[in-house]
Amino acid sequence: MSHGHAKEFKVRWGMVVDVDKCTGCGACMVACQVENNISPMVRQDKENYLPSMTFERDDPSNKMRTLTWLMVYELSNRKDYPDHEVAFLPRPCMQCGNPACVPVCPVVATDKNEEGGIVSQIYPRCIGCRYCMAACPYHARYFNWFDPIWPKGMDKALSPRTSVRPRGVVEKCNFCHTRFLKAKERARQEGIDPNELPEGYYTPACVEVCPTGAITFGDLNNPEHKVHQLAHGKYAFRLLEKLGLDPQVYYLTKRDWVRKQGDNYLANEEPHAKKH
Amino acid sequence: MEEKRASKGSGGAIPFLIGFVLSAVFLWIIFPQVIYCQKDQPIRFSHTVHKEQGMECSGCHFFREDGSYAGLPSNEQCAECHTDLMGQDPAEAKYVKEFLEKGRAVPWLIYQYQPDNVYFSHKAHDGFECTDCHPNLGDSDTPPPHYRNVITGYSKQTMKMWQCERCHAEGGVSNACYVCHK
Repeated sequence: MSHGHAKEFKVRWGMVVDVDKCTGCGACMVACQVENNISPMVRQDKENYLPSMTFERDDPSNKMRTLTWLMVYELSNRKDYPDHEVAFLPRPCMQCGNPACVPVCPVVATDKNEEGGIVSQIYPRCIGCRYCMAACPYHARYFNWFDPIWPKGMDKALSPRTSVRPRGVVEKCNFCHTRFLKAKERARQEGIDPNELPEGYYTPACVEVCPTGAITFGDLNNPEHKVHQLAHGKYAFRLLEKLGLDPQVYYLTKRDWVRKQGDNYLANEEPHAKKH
Repeated sequence: MEEKRASKGSGGAIPFLIGFVLSAVFLWIIFPQVIYCQKDQPIRFSHTVHKEQGMECSGCHFFREDGSYAGLPSNEQCAECHTDLMGQDPAEAKYVKEFLEKGRAVPWLIYQYQPDNVYFSHKAHDGFECTDCHPNLGDSDTPPPHYRNVITGYSKQTMKMWQCERCHAEGGVSNACYVCHK
């Protein structure tokens, strides 16, 4: 990318999603919402309701207004039965090596600076201009159109590990970053170097919950971690790889049509596996 | 006329000075007292009395197995000794009657309470003395009052971001946002 040199990290946390294993059950999306204190969309704000003055909130099914840090997309090969096939593609934040969102932020609310390469988002610093949302080609960023409201009783189940966000700021997946901080703390307690976490110490909520084991997580730079091998495998590809954003999320598939939908290939062009 | 008014203007220096002094007194002395609301701990907990019994600091303030820090003892821990009144102190009687017997946790006022979006690991700061950041309560008989900023709601002694950043910078530790924020 023209914007400076990508920062090098000793550890690069990465995710490998096996698209062929994903059944589209959505458990990862639910786990993500719970872990990261994302409130369900409530149509009416009863606390601040003035008849004739308050607009109702959006429909909970309106995906333009809801927050889904991890979104499972349904892909179709657009063929008729009996050749019809679908695939499900979970899309977290790609934690790009050259993030498009970071250089456009006017207040440095988002940055890629910490060891591990996770793109940070500091909510109190965000001014809600949404340049980053416009810049992100993966649509991984979400804007809080409304203050979060938890239905009665559900606020008791909030996770203390994640801070809640007010209306007017942008948020996104951060690979359950506080789990990383917790893992480092545990490593220190056990006398392990926190910069060389063994596999399994740090696992995001979606990876932990996936019933088919479609998501693998670890350090892409560490050959002992499973993701290192998977990301360098024959069936690995990344979304919109041609843009050169160098995402830290890889996908696996043996189906060519799935791979073809992962980037803007020309009609006569053959999709290729990741080059090394 | 114009010149006369200008020369007369020097007499305005005295009211200006009085106003300046008054506002300085207000801003330096009165305002800080107004924005901090002083509150005492719900129980007059004496660290010295507990230390005299031969208790170690780590008996109540310790690291759990996962590296997280147990800063304040729970009622169960206190009840290991305080099943009945052990001494004559009215503070103890108040604790047993109002909290322990009712099964209520004591709402201790925390001098260093950080905002929701701050992550602090005690384990990562294991090498420092507790009193580098915390007030030295270990030798106190009466805990000092807690000053709450009525505008922000935080304690007066809560460490500010620039203090964290300065120490990190001096120690060569990363100041990336996600090192301390969540």
